[in-house]
Amino acid sequence: MAPRKSRNREPSPPPAPAETDASPQVEPTPPVQVLYCSVCSYPPEYCEFGEHLTRCKQWLHEAHPDLYEKYYSDEALQAKIGTLSLQAQEKLEKDTAKKEAKAEAKADAALKKKMASQITIKRIERNKRKYVTTVHGLEAFGVDLKKVAKQLASKFATGSSVTKNPQGQDEIVVQGDVSDEILEMIEDGVGLLKGIPTDNVELVEEKKKKGTE
Amino acid sequence: MNSKLDLIIVSSIKLSQTLICWLMFKKFSPSSDVAGHTPVKSSVQRAIRGTVLSQWKIESETLEAIWPKKEGLVHVKCREHISIYTVHGEPLLFQHFDGPLYPTLRILHKYPYILPNVKVDRGAIRFLLAGAHMMCPGLTSAGGYLPPADEALPAGTPVAIYAEGKEHAVGVGITKLSTEEIRNVNKGVGVETVTYLGDDLWVQNSL
Repeated sequence: MAPRKSRNREPSPPPAPAETDASPQVEPTPPVQVLYCSVCSYPPEYCEFGEHLTRCKQWLHEAHPDLYEKYYSDEALQAKIGTLSLQAQEKLEKDTAKKEAKAEAKADAALKKKMASQITIKRIERNKRKYVTTVHGLEAFGVDLKKVAKQLASKFATGSSVTKNPQGQDEIVVQGDVSDEILEMIEDGVGLLKGIPTDNVELVEEKKKKGTE
Repeated sequence: MNSKLDLIIVSSIKLSQTLICWLMFKKFSPSSDVAGHTPVKSSVQRAIRGTVLSQWKIESETLEAIWPKKEGLVHVKCREHISIYTVHGEPLLFQHFDGPLYPTLRILHKYPYILPNVKVDRGAIRFLLAGAHMMCPGLTSAGGYLPPADEALPAGTPVAIYAEGKEHAVGVGITKLSTEEIRNVNKGVGVETVTYLGDDLWVQNSL
């Protein structure tokens, strides 16, 4: 807290001149509102160069019919062709189609991989009666590990963190034996854990290696 | 013959250097390329603010709207001397080493007048979106646009790259030759692309 205070004090001289600056009443220029395609994130006029043209077109047609008319009506297409030689245009279209097919195949493969990836919940014995639980492989399902760790920590009222395991992959480590509860949470899809297929979850137990007995 | 070979070697060396320098965000992933986040000292923030005001065509009031004085800037340090500055996690500007400050493309879309414009013809868009540098002919052809002679830009100026028939900017670049030279030489790289639509910086909504 203390350093924050001092930082607050430091820039206090500049605000004064800023106020006098503002006195001539120069309004800040408002930003231009740019619409972005919800499919490929480009402004819609650039969708034609993206990888999902068909889906982009569909989206624009539903969400903003007027803009669709502007970009994909016959006249617009005619105007575009006018600036390029016909051959180049054909090539461009071919390229786009190819790209699109490629992107689709890629997305398919990614989905397959995602569905096949395993989640391991591991109970590790720490000290006879004490355990830690690690959850590995959640990141394949596009969840934010840090946030999940936080959710688990508040749910179980224990420590929970994201750490790198010896293989250099991130995993969530929760203090205490909560493996069954975590499994249940994944099954119920609580909070951030929504949409994770239960079939891929695996419970593993790890005994402490020799020396304790 | 020999001199031609020399030229090729020299130009290829030059090219490789520039490739290292300027294709910053073609491959960029926060998990491996970001070295750390640090809040920027207020004195440094003041300096950056001053530089921005002098380098971009922007009024201090508008800058205030994008980047309020109260909000601390966060410096995201990346590999190869790239610094990205963010406010509330949203990337605002970036810089390579001590070079000029560039706005991110999203900021440029919102405030299109802050950088001088150049325009490339339609044939070049495809290559630009794949991360290529902009060659002179694409800028000088019928669909392209360069500032007129009385507003000529020197080499090394950050510019907004627009595209023929499109309303919004498609990339941010830096002029490699002055605009007059681009007109006269009409060969080779005219504007080097720094960031473009769909690159890995564009994908990062927050850092």
